Amino acid sequence: MFAVSASSLMRPVETWLYPASLGLYCEPGDFYIDPPRPVDRALITHGHSDHARSGHAHVLATAETIDIMKVRYGANCAGDFQAAELGHTHTINGVSVRFVPAGHILGSAQIMLEYDGRRAVVSGDYKRATDPTCRPFELVPCDVFVTEATFALPVFRHERADSEARRLIQSIARNPERTHLLGVYGLGKCQRMIALLRAEGYDAPIWLHGALVGLTALYQNLGIDLGDCRPASTAADADLIGALVMCPPSALMDRWSRRMGEDPVRVFASGWMRVRGRARQRGVELPLIVSDHADWPELLDTIVETGAEDVWVTHGRDDALVHQLSLMGRRARALALVGYDDDAE
Amino acid sequence: MRAFADTLDSLSTTQSRNGKLALLTAYLRDAPDPDRGWALAALTDGLPLRIGFRRILSDLMAARTDPVLFKLSRDFVGDTAETVALLWPTPAGPVTPPRISEVVDRLLNAKPAEHAAIIANVLDRCNVRERWAFLKLVGGAPRVGVSARLAKTAVAEIGGQDVSAIEEVWHALKPPYTELFAWMAGHADRPDPGSVPVFRPLMLAHPVEDADWPSLDPQDFAAEWKWDGIRVQVSAKAGDVRVYSRTGDDISPAFPEIRSAFAHTDVVADGELLVVRENAVASFNDLQQRLNRKSVTSKMLRESPAHLRLYDLLFARGEDIRALPFDARRNRLELWHAEERPLLTDLSALVPFTTFAELEEHWRGAREAGIEGLMLKRRASPYLAGRPKGHWFKWKRAALTLDCVLMYAQRGSGKRSSLYSDLTFGVWRTREGANERELVPVGKAYSGFTDVELRDLDRFIRANTTETFGPVRAVTPKLVLEVAFDAVQPSTRHKSGVAMRFPRIHRIRWDKPAEEADTLDTTMALIDRPAA
Repeated sequence: MFAVSASSLMRPVETWLYPASLGLYCEPGDFYIDPPRPVDRALITHGHSDHARSGHAHVLATAETIDIMKVRYGANCAGDFQAAELGHTHTINGVSVRFVPAGHILGSAQIMLEYDGRRAVVSGDYKRATDPTCRPFELVPCDVFVTEATFALPVFRHERADSEARRLIQSIARNPERTHLLGVYGLGKCQRMIALLRAEGYDAPIWLHGALVGLTALYQNLGIDLGDCRPASTAADADLIGALVMCPPSALMDRWSRRMGEDPVRVFASGWMRVRGRARQRGVELPLIVSDHADWPELLDTIVETGAEDVWVTHGRDDALVHQLSLMGRRARALALVGYDDDAE
Repeated sequence: MRAFADTLDSLSTTQSRNGKLALLTAYLRDAPDPDRGWALAALTDGLPLRIGFRRILSDLMAARTDPVLFKLSRDFVGDTAETVALLWPTPAGPVTPPRISEVVDRLLNAKPAEHAAIIANVLDRCNVRERWAFLKLVGGAPRVGVSARLAKTAVAEIGGQDVSAIEEVWHALKPPYTELFAWMAGHADRPDPGSVPVFRPLMLAHPVEDADWPSLDPQDFAAEWKWDGIRVQVSAKAGDVRVYSRTGDDISPAFPEIRSAFAHTDVVADGELLVVRENAVASFNDLQQRLNRKSVTSKMLRESPAHLRLYDLLFARGEDIRALPFDARRNRLELWHAEERPLLTDLSALVPFTTFAELEEHWRGAREAGIEGLMLKRRASPYLAGRPKGHWFKWKRAALTLDCVLMYAQRGSGKRSSLYSDLTFGVWRTREGANERELVPVGKAYSGFTDVELRDLDRFIRANTTETFGPVRAVTPKLVLEVAFDAVQPSTRHKSGVAMRFPRIHRIRWDKPAEEADTLDTTMALIDRPAA
């Protein structure tokens, strides 16, 4: 217990923080965290579309997350925005609120809540592995830890992202006449992969599908060096031979990919690529096991390190995680929140 | 093991045949003996190991993982060996995997009780990709989309040979195939098959298309009935007789009576394997009881006797007659058969005709006669390996269709592992004395739909699931599938008492109410009469 004040009448966290019909709700603060539907006051952990939606009256999020929401949904996608400074404590109707880096994507944060002597951390999505495009995860000890479970099966152990980037560079070198088409999530994974490739010495232009251009430009404007990135629509056909082109996963097998020659090498960077059937099902020739989510050991280590007595699982493979935590003698339950994309990444 | 693991890993995600061939050829050319030979064995006939693989894996995992987590993982991954490879405790430091030959030698020389310890030791020395490759290597069929024939083609590529050259000596060779690789590298002559009756690649037919007819002259062709059995080659030499499937698998142990019928002959013959009782061809289902067996009981021999209907001769008394035209080979076949009179054989009769219109009359009667269709063989054609164009045609009788109701769906494998692509469907049956009708399953189909239709089906199945049994979902019986199939046969294995041959989804009838689907009575009425 990380009591702020020693009170003998401390109310359990579930009496003031719980899933309501519009999303995870903090009653004394009268706000929601990552609500899937428009609400009056929303606290947003990060910019992925299943966490950050448009149409809220008041949004509190990190400055980067607000920028991302504006790029995605337009400048007027919420009534008003308030930037949360990482590490700074805000007070909302008597609830202390602090945004703490989550290591997931640029601007991603865990949200720490303190009320009536109890502390809960809503971690959003997070990872512990290093990422050159965002601040690393910071551990906050707490009573209740609210965790994702996207990759909560013991088969999920992600590879080191730098060595996966090297595999891609080697494949490009081995196939100088084939275009490499890399499927990535447009926010986070895209820019992380570019940064990793640059760090491994790949300095050729990287061509981007139109859906990736805006957010990549935003990362660059916010000071993240991604080298020479160009819209694929501006490439001559000859430019694409032996080149690296990045696109959203849905475009990998789409008609759009026909421009990439007869036989492009289809690459997909995702934690799901750990399982061969997933790679085959998408027609992926080079699966790269790179994820912005915690893998199984990271999930368990993080939960143990927080010292939380209670673990709430928001979305993903909650069955396996809840089972494992019960084996470890911890109280764990699935919140079964709707509206999150279990398959995302 | 590392090079093999890299190759197998790439193979598992490479789609194009040429891409797979290039990967295999590079590996088989560069890997040392005898490792590459053992790898080749794993990709073709299997390693000569007898390991209680399933039990060993489940024992090893029981000691290392929680059973609930193992099951959840296995269900998600869809493949036991891959799940074990992923869940096996990762060694702390860098590891060097053993050579394939070391692993195979140890397993070959070990007692069964020692197998588990050897497998655990190898897994401890491998990274995740190598663990997977090792388990695929020793566990039988690796399922990486590589057929035995493709693996043999890769070997042939090393020596600039045609795959048929490999196939013709294959059954005289044993793993780890060092003399084969020496031949391909030009260090040795072609291995001498000696007295082994080897497989000779078969000549296959194309389906005849509407566009083919104008260019065909009836005088140039002989016609035969197309029998509904399995195509085999009997290869006999010096007292040894082998029965090969069309892909060159040795299926002799399942058919001892055919082996003894050819025991004193010196011949390579092409024909259709059937089950024949009292001069009538039994259903394909009866033949199926005899297939895929390592041995056969006397009861089976008595109840489902095998019969060979011959239609071609490749070698006669040691002489290779494949270059002769069909007519001449047919002549030799008839002469040879009249002289030798091997038991349990007859000749596939020629169907006389002068015009294609006349032949079409026969074709129309095929279903009535319980026959699959007709074969057209160009009289002047030599016996050519593979599927050469313009020589042999198959003219299958028109398919039947029934409107069935989707009852169960199962996840596919590989590319389809996230999609419910294996569909079980049924027709309506009214029980005697009951007023209610019930659905009884009559078949299962995996094909016939487009990728878009498959996704629509998958969505329907997920939205209409009533119960889940492992990978199988029961669905609300409301979707009608128009199923096309070649025949209906009586079956004791199915609750409905019937089995379909080659069912495939012809159309998805999103529009049709399930109540209007066909009945079991209608289905039974389509059962073939036994063919003569």
